[in-house]
Amino acid sequence: MKKVFHVMYDDDEKLLVAARELVGKGIHVNEVFSPFPIHGIDPVIGIKRTRLAITSFMYAMTGLTIAVSFMWYTMISDWPMNIGGKPSFSLLENLPAFIPVTFEFSVLCAAHGMVITYLLRNGTLPGMPATNPDPRTTDNMFVMEITTDSNSMNAEELETAIKNTALFELSIKEIK
Amino acid sequence: MQRESAIREPLILGHKTYKDITDDVVGPIMGPAPLGWKIMITISSIIAIYGIGSILYLIGTGIGVWGLNKTVGWAWDITNFVWWVGIGHAGTLISAVLLLFRQKWRMAINRSAEAMTIFAVIMAAVFPGIHMGRIWLAYYVFPLPNQFGSIWVNFNSPLLWDVFAISTYFSVSLVFWYVGLIPDFATIRDRMVKPLPKKIYSILSFGWSGRAKHWNRFEELSLVLAGIATPLVFSVHSIVSMDFATSIVPGWHTTIFPPYFVSGAVFSGFAMVQTLLLVMRKAYKLEDYIHIKHVEYMNIVMIVTGSIVGVAYLTELFISWYSGVEYESYAFINRFSGPYSIAYWTMMTCNVISPQLFWIKKIRRSFVATFIISIVVNIGMWFERYVIIVTSLHRDYLPSSWGEFIPTATDVGIFLGTLGIFLTLFLAFTRFFPVLALNELKTILKSSGESYRNKQVK
Repeated sequence: MKKVFHVMYDDDEKLLVAARELVGKGIHVNEVFSPFPIHGIDPVIGIKRTRLAITSFMYAMTGLTIAVSFMWYTMISDWPMNIGGKPSFSLLENLPAFIPVTFEFSVLCAAHGMVITYLLRNGTLPGMPATNPDPRTTDNMFVMEITTDSNSMNAEELETAIKNTALFELSIKEIK
Repeated sequence: MQRESAIREPLILGHKTYKDITDDVVGPIMGPAPLGWKIMITISSIIAIYGIGSILYLIGTGIGVWGLNKTVGWAWDITNFVWWVGIGHAGTLISAVLLLFRQKWRMAINRSAEAMTIFAVIMAAVFPGIHMGRIWLAYYVFPLPNQFGSIWVNFNSPLLWDVFAISTYFSVSLVFWYVGLIPDFATIRDRMVKPLPKKIYSILSFGWSGRAKHWNRFEELSLVLAGIATPLVFSVHSIVSMDFATSIVPGWHTTIFPPYFVSGAVFSGFAMVQTLLLVMRKAYKLEDYIHIKHVEYMNIVMIVTGSIVGVAYLTELFISWYSGVEYESYAFINRFSGPYSIAYWTMMTCNVISPQLFWIKKIRRSFVATFIISIVVNIGMWFERYVIIVTSLHRDYLPSSWGEFIPTATDVGIFLGTLGIFLTLFLAFTRFFPVLALNELKTILKSSGESYRNKQVK
């Protein structure tokens, strides 16, 4: 059996101060729910920087490769045509005319690939149920989630530590 | 927390709290539709239906119902296309370029400006589509394997570049906009009481819960999307301009076109943003969020881009004479003194003179003056495209094939119709969507809100 503490704050700065205080005492904060990004919370509760940007670069490179090789195939290899005297003998000669489409297609793949990865990684997809503990966390309240099973302290010690912060509301749930 | 200089004008007026921001934006969505909104959407839908009727008539009868002829093969259709794409440039510029420059004032206007962008690009896409005549063959523009053997699209052609540019621009803008909307839909979901709307907003919000890790990804995603959308904004209108610049028609065949078109696009886009937002802020009582400072910032962008456009007009004129090419100089003499000289002088007055009025602080900081000038600029920018397209085509190298273009009722009907569809979509957006980016505005409340600012001074 574990206990889940949902500690609510009415200000982002209060939550940040409280999180620093609790983490300083060796308490592990599981999750923070907020209506907007709280700047500076990530290192405090141990969230690493996302690697999403790297995936975006990889998708862009994929798009670039597909675009260039496809244009080479259709315009130079499969059926070369003389259109307005523009070169169609080698990829290198024809490359200037291919740059706009290459760029656009790379951006297309980078943006969509990154967004799809983002939605999948977050698990935010159409029809998914909301998991925030309180509807006010998308409005003006900030909630910190602390559980007994991820902390070495017992429930009473945790509760006293939490109650020493400038909290607004505290809800305790027991989960088997 | 970020601090700002105390003498900077606040971006959010009044004594707002986080809850007030939610109430001010979500309140109108939850309440009943106001009468003014009902009247406006009725009018705009009637115009939209008339436009759709005109489009169906065109498709059923053929391109001949437009005023086009053998000499002038592009006229209102492509004018409207370029005009709408141009308008579609402000939204992504505001949300992408201004994000990279860390301009906080963008947060009050980016959501609606981007909605405007998306609707404007949809309107733009209508025109090349119906201009094909046989719209059911529109899939020919995509490089698909087909039953004719190895018939591929021509990747050397700017018209094909345009297909890729517009479709990329549209879909990336849409996704960028939607990703920002997800957390705000979650806010509406959590406040909605009626079951059906709650269900709909719950589906739209993708189960967003505002976890710290998700916000971390959200911010990275916004930054990277802004980074790749920025060159996209500049590339799209450059490619549109190459539709003209790579041809050998006098008046079109100039290397100045890409930067000239891009600044013209931003100029006209900001004009349309002003026109719509000045009405929206009144109708939805958003005066505290979109106030005179925001309008002033946008007017400054208009002075810059409007001046670039003005310089481009004069450069074009000078180069046509300086080049010594007879055809090129005639194209410009014909522009300002030929049968379409009214269009030319309208364009000059509206686009070169009117933005210069913004140098005067009183005009720059006046809602009424800004509203009037924004409409003047919208008109002027439409005439710019008309001048570039029609006056260049109607008299080219062979005087025996000179001709003139006169618009028909169908030309006018379709143009008005796209205005109607655009307004209908925009009105629907203001009714059902969060018109301000809630999650972004809340992040600047403490650094740029008036009441917090005053506390800081003490």
